[in-house]
Amino acid sequence: MSAAWQVVVGLETHCQLATASKLFCGCANAFGAAPNTLVCAVCSGQPGALPVLNREALDLGLRAALALGCNVAPRTKFDRKHYFYCDLPKGYQISQYDQPFCTGGGIALASGKFVRLARIHLEEDAGKAIHDRGAHSLVDLNRAGVPLIEAVTEPDLSSAAEAHEYLTALKEILQFAGVSECDMEKGSLRCDVNVSVQRPGGARGTKVELKNLNSFANVAAALEHEVARQIQSLESGGEVRQETRLFDAEAGVTRTMRTKEDAHDYRYFPDPDLPLFTLDEAHVARVRSYLPELPAARRARYVKALGLSAYDAGVLTASRATSDYFEAALRHNDAPKELANWLTNEVAALFSDAASGVRSIDELPFKPFDFAELVELARTGRVTRSGARTILRAMCAQPRAPRELMRELGLETVADSGQLERWCREALLGREKIVADVRRGEEKALGALIGPVLKLSGGKADPKAVREKLLELIRAS
Amino acid sequence: MSDATALERVDAALERAARLEARLHAFLSLDAAGARRRAAELDAHSGPRGALHGLPFAVKANLCWSGVETNAGSALLAGYRAPYTATSVQRALDAGAVALGVANMDEFGFGSSGENSAFGPSRNPWDLARTPGGSSSGAAAAVAAGSVAFALGSDTGGSVRQPAALCGVSGFKPSYGRVSRYGLIAFASSLDCVGVLAPDVERVASVLGAISGADERDSTCLPEPSCSAPAPRSLQGVRIGAPREHFGAGVDPRVAACVRAALSELERLGAQVLEIDLPHTHAAISTYYVVASAEASSNLARYDGVRYGKRERGDGSLQGMITATRSSGFGAEARRRIALGSYVLSSGYYEAWYVQALKVRRLIARDFERAFERVDVIAGPTSPSLAFALGERSADPLAMYAGDALTTPASLAGLPALSTPCGLVREGDSDLPVGLQWIGPHGADEFVLALGAAWQRASAHHLARPALAQEAQR
Ligand SMILES: [Zn+2]
Repeated sequence: MSAAWQVVVGLETHCQLATASKLFCGCANAFGAAPNTLVCAVCSGQPGALPVLNREALDLGLRAALALGCNVAPRTKFDRKHYFYCDLPKGYQISQYDQPFCTGGGIALASGKFVRLARIHLEEDAGKAIHDRGAHSLVDLNRAGVPLIEAVTEPDLSSAAEAHEYLTALKEILQFAGVSECDMEKGSLRCDVNVSVQRPGGARGTKVELKNLNSFANVAAALEHEVARQIQSLESGGEVRQETRLFDAEAGVTRTMRTKEDAHDYRYFPDPDLPLFTLDEAHVARVRSYLPELPAARRARYVKALGLSAYDAGVLTASRATSDYFEAALRHNDAPKELANWLTNEVAALFSDAASGVRSIDELPFKPFDFAELVELARTGRVTRSGARTILRAMCAQPRAPRELMRELGLETVADSGQLERWCREALLGREKIVADVRRGEEKALGALIGPVLKLSGGKADPKAVREKLLELIRAS
Repeated sequence: MSDATALERVDAALERAARLEARLHAFLSLDAAGARRRAAELDAHSGPRGALHGLPFAVKANLCWSGVETNAGSALLAGYRAPYTATSVQRALDAGAVALGVANMDEFGFGSSGENSAFGPSRNPWDLARTPGGSSSGAAAAVAAGSVAFALGSDTGGSVRQPAALCGVSGFKPSYGRVSRYGLIAFASSLDCVGVLAPDVERVASVLGAISGADERDSTCLPEPSCSAPAPRSLQGVRIGAPREHFGAGVDPRVAACVRAALSELERLGAQVLEIDLPHTHAAISTYYVVASAEASSNLARYDGVRYGKRERGDGSLQGMITATRSSGFGAEARRRIALGSYVLSSGYYEAWYVQALKVRRLIARDFERAFERVDVIAGPTSPSLAFALGERSADPLAMYAGDALTTPASLAGLPALSTPCGLVREGDSDLPVGLQWIGPHGADEFVLALGAAWQRASAHHLARPALAQEAQR
């Protein structure tokens, strides 16, 4: 059925910029403070207060634009967008209308498709209205005036999966560029979707806007549902209305929020409180020079120069923090594969285990240097993998040098050949059948001998050394 | 008076202001306790004195003054206490001036008669049945009555100059951006200027010196130091342009004659008067009302009853509350301007009205640029009419708007403009003041003030005081 339909999707993504202060005043840009504690005369819309542009926000916006390959306008301005709502203190939002600070650019998907950006503009966030507290509505203006960029794509996406991939890539790029936290749960990333369906080669379908999408999964789910709804409607002889629909994640459906007839006239006009401002080439070049390596480039380098698998490279670059941690550890231990292996397995396991007390890479209490050393101890056999795992846990509780912890916990592998031989001989006693199997060439059987040796050693024997010693003893007997 | 302590001056000013208040209604509130406390502090302080040391002044009700009711003449903001102080007010205070009270005004600056104040009109000290002009109505009345040494006002299309003219005092609108707008309750952001009213130009200049200069809290404020005190100069050789359009139809012939006589005086003092043309003058009022109303409709959007000021429940919904608050809180003129401004910004009309007005605005500015290639300063009447009777124009907004014909051009071009008294015209039992407007090139604030001061050193028009002021003199 849907093969006969083309899906046309465009995304409008709002990202809060990770500035220290708000876009037009000195209030802190922070999440989670007590309501209405991060406000001043300017961002609470007091009479007579005036906005003053925070250049840091402009520079972060610029960084986003450069990371996404956009063209930066040499001159740009702010406009007022008017509407009344209790969380909008001035009765207008300061935004950019007909002269966004950048245009063009885009993101390449894995398939090779290039999703074009129409524009990115800078604007201030509104506050937050809370309507479910009894007879009253509450307004929190902490968020009012927080800087946002809105990135608008051309209608280049043609499936929910592509939308998901685009958003994931956008988030990675903005995080890497240090532009935004892009945390949907904290509201620092928000996404509206425009979707229509049409017959291949046919006329463009009517566009429906979807709102209230609070995770990438919801974006994809809402799109799947909305596309099916539009196709079903058209195939049963109905039509698609131009409207805005809200996604109800629990019911998994979209519902009409407002129709085209309710469309607002925002009465945009240039904000007379803010002069035109220029972004000269020298400044743009300076911001460009501060741009870090972006995820796609980093992934390619991990595979090509470090010899990592594409999968590991992908996992390591899924967040800037993980990737940076990896790079820092790499400076102390030139063993990329082992470091990657430990990060993506043993360290990742800590985050899903409440007992570790560490939920993310940012919370690791030990430095990349110590992590690098631990991996080195394991790689050179100074400690067994399980011993190293024990040290890793200990490092979470008390961030000390792994070498010290190894000694304290008595986990250093026993290199004394005489001791190793005594344990091996003891393990061989009464296991003549296994020994016979090994002699016949079934080396797999050796595993059944290594276990008991490790047990006898209390975990201090290096499995590799044990294996060699056992083979030596069996062959010699 | 210069030997008097600050407290003596302030006490005298408070006594006079309070005694005249029933007749003039120049003030919305007097802060007697605060003013006396401040004056006593100044007297106790032995360090260097500020340029405005001990001068009692009035603050127009649209300039934020921390902790004091700053209602901009609007019922919607009745009871609103500003949480901060405007830069201009703070700088005046820092220079040693003592704020006496809040001056009455037309709601948000919408008007030229003071009659659009939600708290009742002020009256003209020269004739209590007449308007003092507006929108800085209370400020001009208080200065003319001698209650204060100066007043801080605001001028968007003439709101300092026109009441200064009608009340016989000196009033100055600086170049746009010369004084910070931070804390000035916005009417039309691209036109609003904080201005000064005082008995003479010298006082105006010293106040401007204190309040002008760069302010990082106003992005449209010019990055220039404060205005310096104008050096005494002569009028010898100064080329004064008299725009034909400023003496034409719509200007009361008695006003025109009075101003012409003043120009002759200036010629006798060595100035050269040249006839010039400002061909787009006729378009100034319509251009001004499109631009100013558009910006006003936007600036007034914040008065929604959510965070401060008056709130009406309406039908109980959020939009109902906002609509009810705004329709009952704003006066008729404010509602008219919001409607006009919203219309010219709405999609489909924006290009034809707002964008077109901006084009004409540039033509008006170019008129001035061309004129200043030939002359040093432009002079003509400030107001086309004498102070008119209260109630005379309140039912006819267009007649009221026509009164702004000669002040709006300099506003649209962002130029410094000064009104100085230039004579009295007898009407009925009253002597009514006429104002001469001086318009200078952008940034030439000190020059314009220097010319005004030079003329006042050589003439006596600015010394004329209404009988009421003399009667109150003790
Ligand atoms: Zn703030």
